[in-house]
Amino acid sequence: MYKVILATRYLLKRRIAYFAVLAVAICVFIVVVVMTVLTGLVIDFKQKNHSFVGDCVVGTESLVGFAYYEDFVKILERSDFVEEISPVIKSYALVSPSWTEEGLGLEIMGLDAVRHSKATGFGKTLYYRKDDVSKAFEPIYDPNLLGCVLGIDVGHRLGSALAPERSSKGRYSYSSRLDEACVSVSCVPLTAKGVPAKAGLGLVNTRSFYYSDYSRSDIAKVDGSMVYLPFEQAQLLCGMAGPVKRVSAIHIKFKPNVRLEAGCEEVDSLWQSFKREKADEKQAYLLEKVTVQSWKEYRRAFIAAMEKEQTMMTVMFGLVGITTVFIVLVVFYMIISHKSKDIGILKSIGVSNVNIIILFSGFAFLVGLLGSGVGVFAGWLFLLKINRIEDWLFERFGFQLWDRTIYAIGDIPNQVDAKVLAVIILSAIVACLVGALVPSWQAAKQKPIETLQVTQL
Amino acid sequence: MNRDDFILRAEGVYKSYRMGATEVKVLKGVDLTVKSGEFVAIVGASGSGKSTLLHILGALDSPDKGVVAFDGRDLRRFSGGELNRFRNKMVGFVFQFYHLLDELNVLENVFLPVMVSRSVVGWFACRRWAKSRARELLVQLGLGERANHKPYQLSGGERQRVAIGRALMNEPRVVLADEPTGNLDSATGNGILDVFEKLNRAGQTIVMVSHDERIAQRAGRIVTLTDGRIKN
Repeated sequence: MYKVILATRYLLKRRIAYFAVLAVAICVFIVVVVMTVLTGLVIDFKQKNHSFVGDCVVGTESLVGFAYYEDFVKILERSDFVEEISPVIKSYALVSPSWTEEGLGLEIMGLDAVRHSKATGFGKTLYYRKDDVSKAFEPIYDPNLLGCVLGIDVGHRLGSALAPERSSKGRYSYSSRLDEACVSVSCVPLTAKGVPAKAGLGLVNTRSFYYSDYSRSDIAKVDGSMVYLPFEQAQLLCGMAGPVKRVSAIHIKFKPNVRLEAGCEEVDSLWQSFKREKADEKQAYLLEKVTVQSWKEYRRAFIAAMEKEQTMMTVMFGLVGITTVFIVLVVFYMIISHKSKDIGILKSIGVSNVNIIILFSGFAFLVGLLGSGVGVFAGWLFLLKINRIEDWLFERFGFQLWDRTIYAIGDIPNQVDAKVLAVIILSAIVACLVGALVPSWQAAKQKPIETLQVTQL
Repeated sequence: MNRDDFILRAEGVYKSYRMGATEVKVLKGVDLTVKSGEFVAIVGASGSGKSTLLHILGALDSPDKGVVAFDGRDLRRFSGGELNRFRNKMVGFVFQFYHLLDELNVLENVFLPVMVSRSVVGWFACRRWAKSRARELLVQLGLGERANHKPYQLSGGERQRVAIGRALMNEPRVVLADEPTGNLDSATGNGILDVFEKLNRAGQTIVMVSHDERIAQRAGRIVTLTDGRIKN
């Protein structure tokens, strides 16, 4: 009991202990804020990618695509773990607005808006046709025209006058009506062998499309370079609509109770048997390049960069933790050097070395607990107001954490993760205990007669 | 008298310290016996090794050579835990500079040895008794009104009486006092010696170290430490 009483009194009555608490609180505050923001960004980015891709993709990187997809779609439809399936065409095209001769090389994605919205979050990214995705490719101003959906930042790149504008706070302002604008999309159609299908005939397929909506996925690369076209039109443009039709990928959404890894394994198993079944078909060689990937694997190139940043930050804050240990160690050396008389007194009334270590470790535990408590509370409070603070700083001083006109990030993530908090608090306490261990051990080793000598007073 | 009849017995105790490159031999074969209920004063010049001998008798330090026995048991054979229990229960120290814990009040300083000897559960079980005994001791020592004061709010004499209260809390067999009046004026010092005399009359064994022969006169027996040896 004396250990609890003395540890508490040392904490409350020694001013230097407040410095240790403050040091721990500042470290915890920084770690909580940075880890929450960074973890929030990574989670947000992953969610956006998951929403963009669906759960699983059966596809190829080749611009030729792969054949017999309709048969595989039927197999998937019969399975009990797949909820939605959406075949898509992916390629590159020269997109030229009608008002200029200059065009842009962009990515095109041909999809069935309804099926794709069920398999992915595509429907939610639309603005004008959000409530009726079946009309995603029907321009409001003339539903009979052939429509295309532009990535939200593509409109400006093409020079569209009424394209949604991204404000300095990262919010888009949509015009009440769409530009009645037309773009011509030119693709080089390829045969199943991968050679231009129209060699000697002008090489390209060109078709005009009218703006029917904008898609905002909040993935910068997608929103700045993607044009969505009706599935059949994209298939024709890319030369995949021959007698044996081809697609680039099949996006799949699993039923809610299906684990991602298990679902992907099932799809892979079905794909392998499908491939064997089609081994004798004329275009079976195209199936060899097809892979089955979860959304995480499919978007690994993008997600890995974010995860690497997160790992680097975690390592950096590991170093902050080491600094905390060092601060606590120094503070405890100072405290214990002032308390050598107490150690002598306690030993003279029968306190063991182990109990001296426990006493000062208890003191360190209280420093860690109080410091991390203060740090977590301050961090939580700061995160709660972080977007308001940033708005205020922007309005007063023009300061922003990220330039919203460049980065597809809206609000600063501030959802505090209880697990992350628990790890931070635990780490802070452990850091304090580690920092106090050596001074406590040295205190325990002190001989009482040395500390109680008149010359030591 | 049988050698095991003594409560404390030191035989051929040697102790030396290293001061830089020089080895200072402080105790050169000290022989001392203390009977139960005795009030022994150890006198000697400053630096003669009186405090060192007292610390060795109370197991705060160990001799280089020789035997120190308590109730016939050689202290060298005590385990670490037994030595802690010995310091907690069998002996009570009173130091020249009181050595009270500043973070605790007077009452807490007095019952501290009981807290040290008990677990949290054990402490809660005997808490009332310990507080009541500590208060009783403070009343006996004339500090009944000072129980909730902090050590720095007391005079030197009062602090020393608190230290005596702490030394007596666990009813030790021996009180070891190291220059208990050395830091006090003569009137206050006499008051402390009165307390020791009273305790001794009640049967308490006391071993006191002093450099002042006049103070030592208050003890029942005086032993002189000269040149590292005892001269009775």
